Amino acid sequence: MADADSDDGEDIFVSNSNPVSVSRGVSQPDRVTEEPSDLFSEEEEAASSTAAKANGVHSDDDNDLFADANVELSTDKSGSSARKEPSGPRHASSFTPSPAAMQPTSLEQLEEEEAKDSFDVDVAVTNPEKVGDGMNAYVAYKVSTRTSLPMFRSKVFSVRRRFSDFLGLYEKLSVKQSLHGCIIPPPPEKSVVGMTKVKVGMDDPSSVEFVERRRAALERYLQRVVSHPSLLQDPDVREFLEREDLPRAVNTQALSGAGFLKMINKASDAVNKMTIKMNESDTWFEDKFQEVENEEQQLRKLHVVVDSLVNHRKELCGNTAVFAKSLAMLGNSEDNTALSRALSQLAEVEDKMEQLHQEQAASDFFIFAELLGDYIRLLGAVRGCFDQRMRAWQRWQEAQSTLQKKREAEAKLLWANKPDKLQQAKEEITEWEARVTQYERDFDRIGMTVRKEVLRFEKEKAKDFKSQIIKYLEAMLQSQQRLIKFWEAFLPEAKAIA
Amino acid sequence: MMQEGLDDGPDFLSEEDRGSTLPNFKQNEFSVVRQHEEFIWLHDSFVENEEYAGYIIPPAPPRPDFDASREKLQKLGEGEGSMTKEEFTKMKQELEAEYLAIFKKTVAMHEVFLCRVAAHPVLRKDLNFHVFLEYNQDLSVRGKNKKEKLEDFFKNVVKSADGVLVAGVKDVDDFFEHEKTFLLEYHNRVKDASAKSDRMIRSHKNAADDINRIASSLYTLGTQDSTDLCKFFLKVSELFEKTRKIEARIAADEDLKLADLLKYYLRESQAAKDLLYRRSRALVDYENANKALDKARAKNRDVLQAETSQQLCCHKFEKISESAKQELIDFKTRRVAAFRKNLVELAELELKHAKGNLQLLQGCLGILKGNT
Repeated sequence: MADADSDDGEDIFVSNSNPVSVSRGVSQPDRVTEEPSDLFSEEEEAASSTAAKANGVHSDDDNDLFADANVELSTDKSGSSARKEPSGPRHASSFTPSPAAMQPTSLEQLEEEEAKDSFDVDVAVTNPEKVGDGMNAYVAYKVSTRTSLPMFRSKVFSVRRRFSDFLGLYEKLSVKQSLHGCIIPPPPEKSVVGMTKVKVGMDDPSSVEFVERRRAALERYLQRVVSHPSLLQDPDVREFLEREDLPRAVNTQALSGAGFLKMINKASDAVNKMTIKMNESDTWFEDKFQEVENEEQQLRKLHVVVDSLVNHRKELCGNTAVFAKSLAMLGNSEDNTALSRALSQLAEVEDKMEQLHQEQAASDFFIFAELLGDYIRLLGAVRGCFDQRMRAWQRWQEAQSTLQKKREAEAKLLWANKPDKLQQAKEEITEWEARVTQYERDFDRIGMTVRKEVLRFEKEKAKDFKSQIIKYLEAMLQSQQRLIKFWEAFLPEAKAIA
Repeated sequence: MMQEGLDDGPDFLSEEDRGSTLPNFKQNEFSVVRQHEEFIWLHDSFVENEEYAGYIIPPAPPRPDFDASREKLQKLGEGEGSMTKEEFTKMKQELEAEYLAIFKKTVAMHEVFLCRVAAHPVLRKDLNFHVFLEYNQDLSVRGKNKKEKLEDFFKNVVKSADGVLVAGVKDVDDFFEHEKTFLLEYHNRVKDASAKSDRMIRSHKNAADDINRIASSLYTLGTQDSTDLCKFFLKVSELFEKTRKIEARIAADEDLKLADLLKYYLRESQAAKDLLYRRSRALVDYENANKALDKARAKNRDVLQAETSQQLCCHKFEKISESAKQELIDFKTRRVAAFRKNLVELAELELKHAKGNLQLLQGCLGILKGNT
């Protein structure tokens, strides 16, 4: 099966020339490598100049967990760094409770380690196909993976997935991983209107645009998931990429309506209602949270304007086409021959301008607007993990106060001299002491994870914005070059009027 | 002589009247309208003058239209609370620039009207024209009151209806027959093109406005911090700021060279149509006078009267025909020349702006990619 797919897979990656696909590390639109090894070499270069691959960081943490795992930080081309095989999502309870093991790594060290690793998974989402008829119809996408990581069954493979599958993956991940303070990339929003149109028929331009928008968004979503080192380890992710038949995701109701951000905001509200206010010893978290909130607000404003630009450009497109026709008619009725020809030529130039405006509007939308949309949701996810940390703190505090109560209860029992109940009280105290210690460790650990995650996120974000905006500007540049050609061709016609 | 005209006529707003503070807005508009009406008076006096029936009367300049600006001004006032001080100042400056641009355009169009009159061998000698140029006080031309406007309206209705009837009369003269057919079609198509060019240019302006807001927004993002990314945002914001100035200029130039050209020829072709109408009218009158003369001769009554009347009609018709032919030929020459001039200038400006944009983008991308 894998072999049969491998050709396909390669074609996918070669011809995946949607100029707006954002792929980790390989963000050039003309990614035309044939062999997997070339793909790696490209990613190699990209990886060394960016710092998005944070495998090494986690391996440090897990040295205690998996004492016999041999973790190699290597940059050689084989790319198959001896990956640890996680026994599943790391639950808090599996940690050895020894605070000493949690050496706080300095930030510089973290950065260094991130820069060292190469990244060996590439995913693409392509070939949207309508399955079924009427209101039960849905769109299935081909999800192709190319990798050299041994944890996957083959090197190149693909599966078919539908939108709710992607949502399902998100649900599973957020339940597990966010407990650790990870920034879980959010999926694209549901859209009842968009999907209904598609169910009815996929042929009209707005449906085509909707499907393309969704396909590109799903691709970016997956790419973000696989480029996150801990998420990649998650068996749910592997299953999503590899397994032929995925059981239907049923719990996607939470992501209905206004969707993802509504969910995050509800959670935030809960945190805000906490009565015990946290006393930060380190202002980093407060400052960073504020920064994130501000940035989210700014991006929203920007998004609104970019949306407006997209609409005005589409309008311009339509009006230009209409004008071109009108000008052609005028040229027809003009009885001076040279002027008549010039007017027809002008009409053609305007027609070509319409084409340019169309492409520019697409660029505005697919490159710029979607980038902003993605990051608005991602910043929401970042806020989410800050909230997780707060909740961890809350749990710790509650455990402490419960412990306190138990101790008071024990004291009372000592006074009242009831030996059986006393024994039980002592057991409970021991239990809660352990819990307090554990929750404190959890809190510290989440804090560290959040810091690392935010660092990684900021690097990714900077890289993403830069590469996308540069792509956007390059598209604009090409537009101008073509514009110049059109007018240069027209000028002699205008001068020829006599 | 034209210098005088240029000083008196278009000088609606002396420097004291037009302050740069917005409260004076209403007052300025009022004084423009009054002066504009004096131009209309002059134009109408030409139209009503029988002596000029055989000429294409230069079309009256359009009424200055500050509606769009006024709307924007209102929106600005309403939205003042929701934007930052920089944004507000920026938008106010833009509005002022836009107002100035419209003002300049209006002045130019009034100027064109006077120049056309001055260039016409017969019209330039008109007494009213001289009064208009030389009388350095208020002409006390009151605007038409409601009754007169209503009369005008009905006159136009009658004229249109009559025009249709008269147009139906096939002309013996091939030249005029061809001109009639041509002008009718041309006028309609110019009208269509003019309206559509306006809409296209409006969209262009809207897009340029959006780019302006994007530049502001990026600037805000860029000033949050001093990271690499923030510096990047600042550079891009700067680029967009410059690029949108160029886009706004493109829209303005398209407006001037294309939209205004079409609007002008819309009005001129109407004036040419009016000329044809007057000639046809004269032809019908002439034919009717002929019939009346025949009748009078048959009855042998009022023959002299009929003869005089017929001669007058003949003379009028021939006079109009002669000058009309020349006028229509001149019209075509002028039209071709004007289109040539404007289309060449349009292409040159579009090229200039596209190259400017290209340079900006290349420069910016060079810096951005170098730093990444």
